Amino acid sequence: MDATTFIVGLLAATLRVATPLIYGTLGELFSERSGILNLGIEGTMFFGSFVGFAVAYQTDSLWLGILAALIGGALAGLLMGVFSVSLGLNQHVSGLGITLLFTGLSLFLFRIIFGESQVQPSVDTFNRLPLFGNIPVLGEIFNQNILTYIGILLIPVVWWVLYRTNFGLNMRAVGENPEAADAAGLNVFRTRYVALAIGGALMAVGGAFLSLGDIGSFIFGIINGRGWVCIALIIFANWQPIGVLWGALLFGGVSALQLRLQTTGLNLPYEAFLSLPYVVTIIALAIAGRNATGPAAVLKPYKRE
Amino acid sequence: MKPKYQIVRQPAPSWVGPLLPILAVLVTFIITGIFLLMSHANPLEAIYYIMVSPLTSRVSALEVLVKATPLLLTGAAVTIAFASGYYNIGAEGQLYAGAMAAAWLGMIMGNLPPVLAIPLMLLGGFAAGMLWALIPALLKVKLSVDEVVTTLLMNSIIMFIVSAMLNGPWRDPASGWPQSAEIAASTELPRLFAGSRLHLGFIVALVMIALVWFILSRTSLGLRMRAVGLGKDAAKFMGVNVPRTTFITALLSGGIAGLAGVTEVAGIHFHLIDAISNGFGYTGIIAATLGGLNPIGSGVAAIFLGLIDTGSQSVSRAMGVSTYLGDVVQAVLLLVMLAVFLLKNYQIRRVE
Amino acid sequence: MKGMNVIEMRAIVKQFGPLVANDHVNFDLHPGEVHALLGENGAGKTTLMRILYGLYQADSGEIKVKGKPVTIHSPKDAIANGIGMVSQHFTLVLPLTVAENIVLGYSKKATYTPKAVEEEVAKASAKFGVEVNPSALVKHLSVGERQRVEILKALYRNVNVLIMDEPTAVLVPQEVDVLFETLERLRKNGLSVIFISHKLYEVMKISDRITVLRDGKFVGTVKKSDTTERKLANMMVGRETFGVKRPDEACQGKPLLRLTNITAMDKKGLAALKDVSLDVCEGEILGVAGVSGNGQAELGHVLTGMLKPKSGKIILGEKDLTNAEPSAIFSAGVGRIPEDRHEGVVGELSVAENLALEDLPSFIKNGMLDKKAIRANAEKLIKDFQIKASPSDHARKLSGGNMQKVILARTLSKQPKLVIASQPTRGLDVGATEYVRKKLLEQRKRGAAVLLISEDLEEVMSISDRIAVMYEGRIVGILPASQATEEELGLMMSGVKEMAHEA
Repeated sequence: MDATTFIVGLLAATLRVATPLIYGTLGELFSERSGILNLGIEGTMFFGSFVGFAVAYQTDSLWLGILAALIGGALAGLLMGVFSVSLGLNQHVSGLGITLLFTGLSLFLFRIIFGESQVQPSVDTFNRLPLFGNIPVLGEIFNQNILTYIGILLIPVVWWVLYRTNFGLNMRAVGENPEAADAAGLNVFRTRYVALAIGGALMAVGGAFLSLGDIGSFIFGIINGRGWVCIALIIFANWQPIGVLWGALLFGGVSALQLRLQTTGLNLPYEAFLSLPYVVTIIALAIAGRNATGPAAVLKPYKRE
Repeated sequence: MKPKYQIVRQPAPSWVGPLLPILAVLVTFIITGIFLLMSHANPLEAIYYIMVSPLTSRVSALEVLVKATPLLLTGAAVTIAFASGYYNIGAEGQLYAGAMAAAWLGMIMGNLPPVLAIPLMLLGGFAAGMLWALIPALLKVKLSVDEVVTTLLMNSIIMFIVSAMLNGPWRDPASGWPQSAEIAASTELPRLFAGSRLHLGFIVALVMIALVWFILSRTSLGLRMRAVGLGKDAAKFMGVNVPRTTFITALLSGGIAGLAGVTEVAGIHFHLIDAISNGFGYTGIIAATLGGLNPIGSGVAAIFLGLIDTGSQSVSRAMGVSTYLGDVVQAVLLLVMLAVFLLKNYQIRRVE
Repeated sequence: MKGMNVIEMRAIVKQFGPLVANDHVNFDLHPGEVHALLGENGAGKTTLMRILYGLYQADSGEIKVKGKPVTIHSPKDAIANGIGMVSQHFTLVLPLTVAENIVLGYSKKATYTPKAVEEEVAKASAKFGVEVNPSALVKHLSVGERQRVEILKALYRNVNVLIMDEPTAVLVPQEVDVLFETLERLRKNGLSVIFISHKLYEVMKISDRITVLRDGKFVGTVKKSDTTERKLANMMVGRETFGVKRPDEACQGKPLLRLTNITAMDKKGLAALKDVSLDVCEGEILGVAGVSGNGQAELGHVLTGMLKPKSGKIILGEKDLTNAEPSAIFSAGVGRIPEDRHEGVVGELSVAENLALEDLPSFIKNGMLDKKAIRANAEKLIKDFQIKASPSDHARKLSGGNMQKVILARTLSKQPKLVIASQPTRGLDVGATEYVRKKLLEQRKRGAAVLLISEDLEEVMSISDRIAVMYEGRIVGILPASQATEEELGLMMSGVKEMAHEA
């Protein structure tokens, strides 16, 4: 294998692996920027990949599957809102509860719909969309499916929402100082609900990318901790959209490299690579120490006096 | 004039407390009943299979306790941590650390008699759990790094370590599967009754529940721990060394969670597999929350969760409903319980 | 329209439980005037203004804006009526820019560009004469600059009445000058300003008219030209005579606690204690008087081990307690009564546990908690200190007075050499207040040194041997209680008068 082929393959795989992480971490960015740590992300992504797959399978439309994931994820986000925003409960436990609920629910509903059949039901995934045609290198790297391109486009879009719309301004204010936001006449609760719904929808599409854009079916280990990776990446990204891109690409690159190196027969445990982003995040947290706190209101329920 | 009722934010009378879990269970079954209707099953029948049928035979009743054993331990681990204001989400990872220690000790201690080997297995698992809890604990105490994220990340890291070991040096030479070699017979936790998988680990778990109860309510350390959990500033004012107390809490919690790894390796599977835990560390959070962060309550909740686990298998066998019903019931129960606990803060008053 | 009041408040009554915060208070505001609202802490100034700004609802009374009766339910209503308020605690979002903070919640458009918003804010800044840097992040601004952002935020919403709640409390003198210049400009532009303060000289400097409140009651409204600082001080504190039980003896013991040149920072990193030196003798009560927020809280925190001083020394007898942890301070024989009762007890623990927690080693038998001893200790203290609670009650269920008795019991039963009492009677009813004061006098009689930090001037005067006055983080004077008058202390507390230190 020559170096160019290796690198081109590596970059292409990097983009693919990074895609669900971009969606998931951008989703978490919405929640945390509004002041809610959403540990429901793992379950919401899982639910998204299930709902997306189930609807696409039944309707033969991948896009309807994505739409269903968007709606399902938004509902999961709203349910997180009921517990963390309206009831003001501990965000850690609420979030884990949401993850456990939507994981269990997906598995349960999958069995109801598809039964215990031996044959794994599957759908045809989104087509590859070569952006640069047959141009060498570029053409091969940017031969991804549409969800990957949308995911990358979402980075500037989310940046624009965050820094160029009044909703984004309100969300940042609510996530930093809900008392001040309230005093300025903003509706803290509504802003958080909207942010959680958007966030949940994005997380779910990240999950649906795996079932509809990558694997073509719904398997039980489909998310496999990717939600927790996003929790790490958001810190790594310092809660900035552009940071999300770099973090996801770095993680994707390391994972892809690991896959490549395996095929070359290099004798290094691939798990060492896979655990690298987690280790790096912990080290980053240790170095940043007290300063690595994102939006100031995260974890603090807001109650009006 | 008709009397009017008003809800006021006042602590509810104390008799309300014990009724709340019962209310939560009822609400949970109403909600899950809707899912059951979706799968064309009779909810009442399903509830019977979940709640009652496992208790109708001796073997299945003991199986409830088998399922409850790791949850008793992770529940106790989470209880002592949460009660002391340390949000250890890492019981899952600490369990795997304990499991690795058990698998390793089980492989190398074949020559020791069980009297020595089994205590060493337990100690080793406890120590490994503590070790895995050490980094988040240090980061919390020395640098104020939030323990939730670090313990969560540590869970993922150890999964990779386990996977690397099972695909590498520990791969079973006999079968070639990614699992460790079977542990020596002398290191297996003995069965308690003939015809049941219930093993010594259950007793260990009960002892740990008792120990956590004892520490929290009968020792000065426990009083300090609770004081930190309930009011950090006031505890500091009254002379409690908050960082040291938090550190001890974190290590104790990790050690107890590590024991859950030992019981699963040395009591059930006899080798390490990467699916040794079915999310027991997270279910421990459910148990601790349902138990109101009281070790006895958490123990009762763990056994109840074990019942749901066992029951979801019988409902699956008898009615063809997926076993994942159990996961749904457990998660709904957690969320409902969280909400229902809020009722403790309200009273209904009659106003003329 | 000439001469019509912008605001008229008539017979405003507001009760909080048994406390009457505003008792038929009248207030009116002329167009284009700076009207000071003067009074001691707890006189009801802030309550009255919170009613005007819609943060509280009055129980009875009438509010008219430009002659029309209005009801104000929320700050939104207040702003719609042209009333803005800058409270003591700023409501700014630190990581956002000045411009973003100012337009937050006001713009109805879906999108915005920072540049356009900054230009708009710059225009407003020029128009109103309130100087801000629109593109700066609020977290990088000084307190004075942040205050100007708050002012501009209100003005940007087109208010013509601006309420400022103790605006100088957080400012250094130079910033106060800038603030006063700004207010002067605003007045010339026709804005009416309500200026809440307890500092006499500031009130005399900036205001056109002054309304004085005392104990929730309206004392009077005077023109600045018709009054003097002394007259105002009398209106402010001139209480009926009270039963002074001032001990006659001066400090006869030897100095037990010596504080030298203590400097400390508050939570925001501002200097809260500046070069504080104090001696407290055995068998005396040293009262520390002062208006809230002048460093007393930090002094209490430093002495109880909750805040580390930046420099200076704390010596108890022979022992250096400068950077000691709370447990070391306790073992050195210091009894501590915290300013915030909830900092002194863990609400979710039982009364018995709270009574034992500070001195746990005494309640251990065979390595276990001696539950019997803990309970016996609680029963004894409950009886000795007449606490209305049972040992197993959760501390949070107790009334303020009983909670305070729990702290007193725990502290005083150890026969401490030194007692640090921060605001020990704040929020207590008459009976409990009397009880606490009696207990402190008992300590003095026993030979203990007592440092009493209190905002209640009557309390300080009635039980102290000597009185130290704090103003802006410094001790501005120490005098024997027998020589102190309310008027003189009031002048010292409001920074008008300062005296040389005398021990």
